[in-house]
Amino acid sequence: MAKAVKLRKPQAQKRGPGKTPVSLKVNHGLHTIFVEPRRTLLDALRKDLGLIGTKKGCDEGTCGSCTVLFDGKPVYACLMLAIECEGHEIETIEGLSQGDQIHPIQQAFIEHDAFQCGFCTPGQILSVKALLDANPSPSADDVKRAVSGNLCRCGAYPKIVQAALKAAERLKS
Amino acid sequence: MARVVKTQVEFEGRFYDEYVVIEGEDLPAWRADEKFSIVGQSQTRIDGVERVTGAAKFTHDIQLPGMLYGKILRSPHPHARIKSIDTKRAERLPGVRAVLHYQNAPKIPWRMGLTLLFDQTLRYAGDEVACVIADDEEICEDALDLIEVNYEVLPFVLDPVKALEPGAPKVHDSGNLFQGAPEIYERGEIEKGFAEADVIVEGTFRTQVALHNCMETHGSVATWEGESLTIWDSTQHIFGVRDTVAQALKLPKHKVRVRKQYMGGGFGSKNSAGKYAVMAALAAKMTGRPVRVVLDRHEENLAAGNRPSSIQTLKVGAKRDGALTAIYHKSIVNLGAYTAWGGGTTGPTRRLYVCPHIKTEDVCVFTNLGPFSAFRAPGYVEGTFALESMIDELAQKLNLDSLELRLRNYAEIDPATGWPYTTKGLRQAYHRGATLIDWQKRTALKEKDSTDTKKIGFGMASQIWGGSGGPPAYALVKINPDGTAVVITGTQDIGTGTKTALAQVAAETLHFPISLVKVELGDTQLGVYSPLSAGSMTLASVGPAVRVAAEDARKQLMDVASQTLEMPLDELEIDRGEFLNTRTRERIAIKTIFEKLQNFMIIGRGARGPNPEKKSVNTFGAQFAQVEVDTETGRVSVQKIVAVHESGRVINPLAISSQLEGGIIQGLGFALTEQRIVDERFGLVLNGNLEMYKVPTAQDVPEIITEMIDMPDPEVNNLGVKGVGEPPIIPTAGAIANAVADALGRRICELPLTPDRILKALESQ
Repeated sequence: MAKAVKLRKPQAQKRGPGKTPVSLKVNHGLHTIFVEPRRTLLDALRKDLGLIGTKKGCDEGTCGSCTVLFDGKPVYACLMLAIECEGHEIETIEGLSQGDQIHPIQQAFIEHDAFQCGFCTPGQILSVKALLDANPSPSADDVKRAVSGNLCRCGAYPKIVQAALKAAERLKS
Repeated sequence: MARVVKTQVEFEGRFYDEYVVIEGEDLPAWRADEKFSIVGQSQTRIDGVERVTGAAKFTHDIQLPGMLYGKILRSPHPHARIKSIDTKRAERLPGVRAVLHYQNAPKIPWRMGLTLLFDQTLRYAGDEVACVIADDEEICEDALDLIEVNYEVLPFVLDPVKALEPGAPKVHDSGNLFQGAPEIYERGEIEKGFAEADVIVEGTFRTQVALHNCMETHGSVATWEGESLTIWDSTQHIFGVRDTVAQALKLPKHKVRVRKQYMGGGFGSKNSAGKYAVMAALAAKMTGRPVRVVLDRHEENLAAGNRPSSIQTLKVGAKRDGALTAIYHKSIVNLGAYTAWGGGTTGPTRRLYVCPHIKTEDVCVFTNLGPFSAFRAPGYVEGTFALESMIDELAQKLNLDSLELRLRNYAEIDPATGWPYTTKGLRQAYHRGATLIDWQKRTALKEKDSTDTKKIGFGMASQIWGGSGGPPAYALVKINPDGTAVVITGTQDIGTGTKTALAQVAAETLHFPISLVKVELGDTQLGVYSPLSAGSMTLASVGPAVRVAAEDARKQLMDVASQTLEMPLDELEIDRGEFLNTRTRERIAIKTIFEKLQNFMIIGRGARGPNPEKKSVNTFGAQFAQVEVDTETGRVSVQKIVAVHESGRVINPLAISSQLEGGIIQGLGFALTEQRIVDERFGLVLNGNLEMYKVPTAQDVPEIITEMIDMPDPEVNNLGVKGVGEPPIIPTAGAIANAVADALGRRICELPLTPDRILKALESQ
């Protein structure tokens, strides 16, 4: 009879290579932080830079609450490591408004009540921004596809689509 | 003078008698034709900027200096007993500050004493074993791996029917049947009713476990200042969390402050305190540092509650003209390991239609699965699906239009109590909804648009729910020396727009523009009690108190103004946030009078009056669905949902349309895609994540048309409002299921209506 294999237990010591400095370019400002290589971009933004507008809904790339722009493209910040982001431009929801002047997409979200609890909203807005930057005249279907990776459990989707189309109209004129 | 009155309060379909203290006089209800400038107008969120800029601080976002993190070790077995636990290796890991478990934590009773904060017996895969506190989350996760637990694995039971068999593994020593007996309701004589019937239909309906999946997972941040505890909690009930935590830690209530400004969804799952709140508080005390314990998505889907599954048997008898003679409805509900209450599904059967003979039985059963908690209209979503499916079957058998059958059994008075309704707009909702979806032309539309492989179908379902709200609920309205106003109340805005609606009520009453009105809530330290935000009761409970407080403040302001400005009261009014002398047309800034009064402050007080006696307060609605079923792939595409609801007066049409759409979209997920899947061999949840548990995305949403029957309720409260949070999810699955049955010519009695079920049904045709 085969002997049961005794699993090797990990040692009771800190894992990994330890902390390392990382320089992140976020909302056009350069920040140097000191983190473990396993620090996700999401945790770096929230914990190390205090940019709490980027939300953690799942931490495994399934909900979209942590959507940020990476060189202008929407990415899930929970699926990127902070150390991967050196030399790239990161834009978060905090970078969207200019002082007291909120972005036309944000304005349209308010006017159309395109949120309820507001937790997924920063991610939705950044997905819409990436869409409008790439395609200034999207159809409703284009908008739905663009935010299909951003879950909204309150079900604000119909109004998110309206808001995105209204913002597109305003940004063109 | 304070008065003590007895009033009936309805919550989640249940009635309770309560004594409440009412201060001052309530105001007469706003007339049905009252002219408003702010109430009834679409108003964007007064905190919209915070929500779109990332400035809104949710519980997840609270970061305090020196804050530690906690992570929970959960049972890997559906039923087990901890023989021993060794945390030494975890404790040696640098950065670990504490490990809490059943041997070192106080024995705090939890879930009505069915378990402890840390129990040695574990009753579902996910039950709490230990909590690691460390400098950061990554360290917590490393430490969880180092805890060695020796489990005695116990026999388990997952199926509620098997759990009731003799010899079944016992989830609790007190037995597997909730409260030891089914909950039975009877009116008339059920056998007589079936004997009188010309036609009888029967069916068994199954509904799945649905997971709330609030985008913000459950969690707390706790910190102590001396003997006083502050908890930020993602909760629908700040006062409830305060009371539970105070009791658990044996603290006087005033030593516990609970705060919550913004919350990422609750849907019923955040109605009461979670273990994480007490763990954070205990750990913060032990370490002398603030502690944050927040569930991850997987924990959320194991431990934070669910809409329980049901097996519902229905038998309905009717005369040939459609008049119902008898309904029997038995429901077996799988509560999982713990519950706060029964969670039956037969409420709609007792209350929706006129029927002389009714018997319902709710059999609520404990099993070794994740615990039940309220989920947006608990029981009514499931019960309405079953009842309204059966009514459609009956209509078919009687060769009657199903809407006509519903109208023939329309209840003019509450069939359960015999009391009149305060208002009932269901008939109007039926007719308006039928017009909007072209109900009378549906046969022609079906024929025109269906092909060999794409079948079009139409269906409908009705909605009944409570939503009266009630006392106790209090509010203060303060007029500041700068001429602005603040509403202060202990309610919480869980994302529904409560803050905005309360500001509308106050602004209307004060004759202020809404921009001058702020709302402070979500903090027990404000000291103004309000009930939990659940049961569609927030606005109907708190709103009337805000109006009374605002009216009190307005009167005081006028008195003070008349004297300081030396103008007679009858020549003075407030118009758009300024005093107006009606004789001279002179306009005077409000702050002017305060300049002479050295920071004098006006505080108006208001309380919610009692509910009307011997009257039923209900909300109503009807939804209609148009679907296309692909008979080759089994895919159901909902093309259109029409929803018409009546919830009394509409305060904010914009926010209400958001509520309706949101409820319908959750109902759509329940009808088509959402289901928790459990490996029956091991009692483990297989899809406790957002990858495999399918909540609707933007691309899944059909055309949705919503309308309210705006029908101010003259009796429920001084605003004439009823609740609207839960009603829109209630009939959606029933309407879709009826539309699918119409498309296929046969009925699938189990939710969700997934392609495999559709194809299986077509195969057996």
